[in-house]
Amino acid sequence: MSQAAPSIQPAAERPLAPGAAAPATGDAGPPPGGATRPHGPGLATTIAAVLRKELLVELRTLESLPGMSLFAVTTFVVFHFALNRGSVDGDLAAGILWVTLLFAAMLGVNRLFVADADQGGLDAFLLAPVDRSALLVAKALALLAYLAVLELVAVPAFALLLLGPSLWHAMPALLAVLALADLGVAAIGTLVAALAVRTRARDLLGPLLALPLLIPVVIGAARASAPLLSFGHGGGPGARWLALLALYDLVFGLIAYAVFDFLLED
Amino acid sequence: MDAAGRGDGGPATAAPAPAASEGRAPALQLDGLTRCFAEREALAGVTLTLGAGQTLAVLGPNGAGKTTLLRVLATLLRPHAGSVRVLGDALPHEAWRARARIGLLAHDPLLYRELSARENLRFHARLHGVAPGRVEELLAALRMTARAGEPLRALSRGMVQRVAIARAVLHEPALLLLDEPYANLDPAATALAEPLIGAGAPGARVICSHDPTGALAQADLVLGLRGGRPALLGAPDAIERDQIERLYR
Repeated sequence: MSQAAPSIQPAAERPLAPGAAAPATGDAGPPPGGATRPHGPGLATTIAAVLRKELLVELRTLESLPGMSLFAVTTFVVFHFALNRGSVDGDLAAGILWVTLLFAAMLGVNRLFVADADQGGLDAFLLAPVDRSALLVAKALALLAYLAVLELVAVPAFALLLLGPSLWHAMPALLAVLALADLGVAAIGTLVAALAVRTRARDLLGPLLALPLLIPVVIGAARASAPLLSFGHGGGPGARWLALLALYDLVFGLIAYAVFDFLLED
Repeated sequence: MDAAGRGDGGPATAAPAPAASEGRAPALQLDGLTRCFAEREALAGVTLTLGAGQTLAVLGPNGAGKTTLLRVLATLLRPHAGSVRVLGDALPHEAWRARARIGLLAHDPLLYRELSARENLRFHARLHGVAPGRVEELLAALRMTARAGEPLRALSRGMVQRVAIARAVLHEPALLLLDEPYANLDPAATALAEPLIGAGAPGARVICSHDPTGALAQADLVLGLRGGRPALLGAPDAIERDQIERLYR
């Protein structure tokens, strides 16, 4: 290697990164090196940085998405043979769809913090002068993205392998149900993954904690989507079930936001 | 035990060198620092003051509590008893304020193996509000520019250590916490890292090392730990060779 080692420009003469807060004033004087940034970047900048890193790592490793999608498709194949019937509809179809999606989501939940815990990324994040809630939001957004990709594969596969009625006309309403249910799964999944990742039995603890907490999501989503998966589409998704899902998202989103900081503490 | 490590117990203290610390808060003020894991005391009764810009060498056998001390100072572990001030900020309540001014070079590189050196450093630059130009500056200073696009898993341990050094000094911390900083580095890489983390680096340093000779040469204050308790504390010129040897017996 023949590069010449360049001199290092003092921090005080360098610009801050876009989105970074200005150095705080009124301190007892700058430390050696001139770099004093008691306030780190803003929440949006931190969320964007963590989310970008998260998606980049998943894109490189493909540890979550292929597993989640393959699990869902395989489960539908197994149901196809186990039920010994040409097609399903109504309550049964909704039950099969949501239980499969939930178990597939657990695979993603279990992997959500593994790279951070195993490679020290979590410690490095905790050392940064940032709002730790950014990690919750970024991880939940990443999980939401994984769930969206999972459903892009799983829902057509379900329609092809098991579902009797056509899904075409019910699709807008089903998308609303999927979105509301995904928000709840993302909030609880991120919270539980952060809790479980520091334990030795994390692969077991994640689903054990998440599944009971997600039962209201399964009930709401299955009841809301049952009419959409019936022959003749017997009515809409049911406003009260959509309201239940929205309320669940709100309550558990706030709980996750409130307690996440404590989960990261030693 | 007195400041030079001689004596018979009680909390060890050492005053900072006045010239280095005038007008600035001490880098470290520890008074009876204790940290437990379940019933076991990993650190107990650590008391010392390190002046601004000074270097503390932490010596001790495996399991003596050196890494625990670094993690407490880095705000990753809470102290369970005693008081801890890092750069004037009391832990754990003011940890959020201290974090921006602490750089930790831990035993693990704290980097993602699937990301390249540049991607890792840019990620940390964003978290610390540092401009991307600083990343390129450090990559060049550590002669890593040519390999900066490769995933970390494809690099040798020495190269990963260079990237970890760049991560630790990215935001030009006022306090560097260094755990075996020259591990896996060849002499040329050590020379490259010297201006960033060596004696010429700006700010105070805490160096955990299994190389007493090297650590003593750089230190203003030496802390010897044994079983989590301070067994030795004082200026390096006041510490004798057999005291160091006894530490490891």
